[in-house]
Amino acid sequence: MKLTKDQVKHVAKLANLPVTEEEEEKYSEQLSKILDYIDQLNQVDTSDVEPTFNVSGQTNVQSEDKLGVCLPQDDALSNAPKKENGFFVTKGVFDNE
Amino acid sequence: MAYGETQAMTKYEPVIGLEVHVELNTKSKMFCRCSADYFGKEPNTHTCPVCLGLPGALPYTNQQAIDDCIKIGLALNCKISEKSLFERKNYFYPDLPKGYQISQYRWPLTVNGWIEVEGREEIRRIRINRAHQEEDTGKLTHHGGSTLIDFNRSGVPLVEIVTEPDFESVEEIRDYSKKLQQLFRYLGVSNADMERGDMRLEANVSVKREGESELPKYRVELKNINSFRFMVAAVDYEIKRQIEALEIGERLSQETRGWDEDKKCTYLQRSKEEAHDYRYFPEPDLPPFFLDPKKIKEIKNSLPELPWNRAKRYQTKLGIKKNDAQHGRKHKIIPQEIANYLINKKSDINTLLPTQIIEEILDKRVGVIENEEELEKMAKEAMTENPTAVDDFVKGKQQAIQVLIGAVMRRTQGKADAKRAREILEKLLK
Ligand SMILES: [Zn+2]
Repeated sequence: MKLTKDQVKHVAKLANLPVTEEEEEKYSEQLSKILDYIDQLNQVDTSDVEPTFNVSGQTNVQSEDKLGVCLPQDDALSNAPKKENGFFVTKGVFDNE
Repeated sequence: MAYGETQAMTKYEPVIGLEVHVELNTKSKMFCRCSADYFGKEPNTHTCPVCLGLPGALPYTNQQAIDDCIKIGLALNCKISEKSLFERKNYFYPDLPKGYQISQYRWPLTVNGWIEVEGREEIRRIRINRAHQEEDTGKLTHHGGSTLIDFNRSGVPLVEIVTEPDFESVEEIRDYSKKLQQLFRYLGVSNADMERGDMRLEANVSVKREGESELPKYRVELKNINSFRFMVAAVDYEIKRQIEALEIGERLSQETRGWDEDKKCTYLQRSKEEAHDYRYFPEPDLPPFFLDPKKIKEIKNSLPELPWNRAKRYQTKLGIKKNDAQHGRKHKIIPQEIANYLINKKSDINTLLPTQIIEEILDKRVGVIENEEELEKMAKEAMTENPTAVDDFVKGKQQAIQVLIGAVMRRTQGKADAKRAREILEKLLK
């Protein structure tokens, strides 16, 4: 299955990644190959296999509603490229939340 | 009911659905044990690797939040799903540290309910599509050219309640929103304060020609509106705007709009081209839930009498008029209180107005019972009365405490703070 350059652009936009025209070409080929591989997998007959999304075999894992330990503010912010008065700072987004 | 009779030959009907988000008042967050009590706290002091979305951190579901979501679903006549899964809703925004929100999509906790609302003339049923569990995002503040992020709110439990597009008037919207707010407070699952953002409304509005069975091809989302009054005004404005646009042959499109209170109009926030493509898929870090019918029954039995049922009971049994019944319902007055009042005062029931009785009862009330000893006494009585629940709890069945809380609430005629009652019971049961 061939992935078009437009589709690559769309996926890149959704993933918030800047992609050059050259890369679009390259990724469209690479991603198409991955899709081909999936097509190959799709040939296996799985009609009597229950779909599963979790391989741990566990169910109903829950935790009691009680307080644990939080990170100190300095630690929480320690990887932030930019911070101010205890806040993470990013370039302005103006869509009201 | 039709809009636009006066200005044109064609009549139109609005098609409106509502989405309500309510923040639960659990102690800890949805998928980590950071405090969920974020309001007014120092920024980024209630965080951990899970709610900051750091690599390798694993979510852990909050049991109380799941129970609260089920309570809301049950109160709205929803079916509780046998199997329920969380999914990732993927999008990029600075308030979402993981790049996805853990939400529900194909396997919500509760589905297919209904609620009765009062419109202009009649009482109608609004279908509830789902009440599902998800997590809140961080809080953004815009400051000069940049945006400040506080992740204290990130991961706070949120329940989303989605209706079918069944509303026909703004009166129904108002009644529905107020009923839900009252319900959250009755169930003790949220303070449901709109201004603080505990409860948020979104409306999907479109219009169609009267009698047309097909739903319109577009819908306008009204978002970020933080009061009942503004929401009603926005929907009203939007219905008129859309009818006028259709009248002059304009094509309406999918978009998100907000409400400008100064100009009294809605305004474009986001158009269709930017519409999200969320690519939901099951959250691989959280195993599925299989809900035990026995446990659901226990939760159902622990529910207090619902506000609208109580109002109905007043009306039929006590012959109280509707408005007075609603007044009493709002303040959680129970018949026993009214009876006590009448007996103590030797009042003449024929000359007293029901409203007057309610006002006087409220005057005499000290509000919530804060007396520790009194609460403890009632908690002990509740324990003696419900030995099985005590036994179950001691054996490790956390859920059993609901029965005891319910018993305390009944004893105090709803005047105890359910959270406080729980704490006292937990202390006594240790
Ligand atoms: Zn956390």
